[in-house]
Amino acid sequence: MRVVKYDDIVKAIRDMIIYSTTHLSPDMKKALEEAYENEKSEVSRAVLAQLLENAVIAEKEWKPLCQDTGLAIYFVKVGEDVKVEGGSLKDAIYEGTEKGYKEGYLRASTCDCFTRANLKDTVGYNLPPVIYFDIVPGDKIEIEYAAKGGGSENVSRATVLAPAAGKEGIKEFVKKVVSDAGPNPCPPLVVGVGIGGSFDYAAVMSKHALFRDIGTPNPDPELDALEKELKEELNKLGIGAMGMGGTETVLAVHIETFQPGRMCHIASLPVAVNIQCHSSRHSHITL
Amino acid sequence: MAEYRLTTPLSDEDVSKLKAGDIVYLNGTLYTARDAAHKRLVDLILSGEELPFDLKGAVIYYVGPTPPKPGEPIGSAGPTTSYRMDPYAPILIEHGLKGMIGKGKRNQAVREACQKHKAVYFGAVGGAAALIAKAIKKAEVIAYPELGPEAVRRIEVEDFPVVVVNDTYGNDLYEEGRKLWEEK
Ligand code: SF4
Repeated sequence: MRVVKYDDIVKAIRDMIIYSTTHLSPDMKKALEEAYENEKSEVSRAVLAQLLENAVIAEKEWKPLCQDTGLAIYFVKVGEDVKVEGGSLKDAIYEGTEKGYKEGYLRASTCDCFTRANLKDTVGYNLPPVIYFDIVPGDKIEIEYAAKGGGSENVSRATVLAPAAGKEGIKEFVKKVVSDAGPNPCPPLVVGVGIGGSFDYAAVMSKHALFRDIGTPNPDPELDALEKELKEELNKLGIGAMGMGGTETVLAVHIETFQPGRMCHIASLPVAVNIQCHSSRHSHITL
Repeated sequence: MAEYRLTTPLSDEDVSKLKAGDIVYLNGTLYTARDAAHKRLVDLILSGEELPFDLKGAVIYYVGPTPPKPGEPIGSAGPTTSYRMDPYAPILIEHGLKGMIGKGKRNQAVREACQKHKAVYFGAVGGAAALIAKAIKKAEVIAYPELGPEAVRRIEVEDFPVVVVNDTYGNDLYEEGRKLWEEK
């Protein structure tokens, strides 16, 4: 059994949060630069210029790219041959999250669903995070982290289509979600699509799809073609940067399916769309 | 697409010259408030009590900033989605509010109130929060400190960049901009 120390996990998570919320990821930076080159609307180009300038200031001053530093989301793969010493893995993720948000001067954005009260002194600073654990072969712990803001979550949707709806039905649903969202989720966007599995798992896959680097192809050639087709269709909506009208609304569409074999129940076709704003703050560490 | 430099409080003449799509650089004092603070402000109006600031000609910025680092007036401070303030905005507009800054669509009631009582809705760039913070020179909590990031702050701004989304003539930049670029 390989051993990983509790304190090392806490520190790695803290550092990842502070870095990732202040440094725009290179793939998003490149995508915004390309959108700036290609955008035909003057207002949208002005918005994109502000976003690129914002990234420069944030990086230089280690200042949060966006004030909504999100719910902390984790996808964790734990190797079967690794053991955490000094505490539990889950506790380490909680502690690292609280430290990262507090010491990085990030916003505590969690609250009681009903009273809307911020419970940072009882439940914890920006706690709890959302964590998906998976067990895999090997002796490593792999942690993917995203700071997921409210604006883009609020317009995300999941549904279960009739099997007969097929690919066309999926395309229509994705188009409707992006069109209805309009300016609210801070376009330009990355659109995560989860297809198959169950009602809930489609949503999990749509979120995980957002972790893929923009510009990397889908390993399934048929889905890769569907992603490109959808991107083109969505950009015809004319929403533009911050919804002010333009040609560059969607930077990428990423599709994930239930593996192996793109499966679902014989009676259903679950589809979920998770929207990611341009302030995409994703990173991963391996311990 | 015209460009203006305006100083608060805003007058009827100030807002009447603005058209959807115009770029405006705001100077002077703004107040920050989100939904929880809006609810309290409206409750005060309905019970005839005094507000923590003068609404006449005022501009409210919908923002919940990150905590400031030592020595900074404010942390990152980009706009939040505005529809959550829609139920409260018309009554504030009726009582003298001249400008709102946020992001995203407003409902019909807010747009009508803007036309009827001469007020404008400005869009700031969502996610440009470190850049926008540069325009904020001073910030002071003046009400509801227990709301944390949602407390009401008085902020002093210099050339705060916004775009007119809803003007006093019923125009909407989101609808018009999209129509212009939509491919059927
Ligand atoms: S949608 Fe994204 S960029 Fe916009 S305010 Fe929320 S987190 Fe920030």
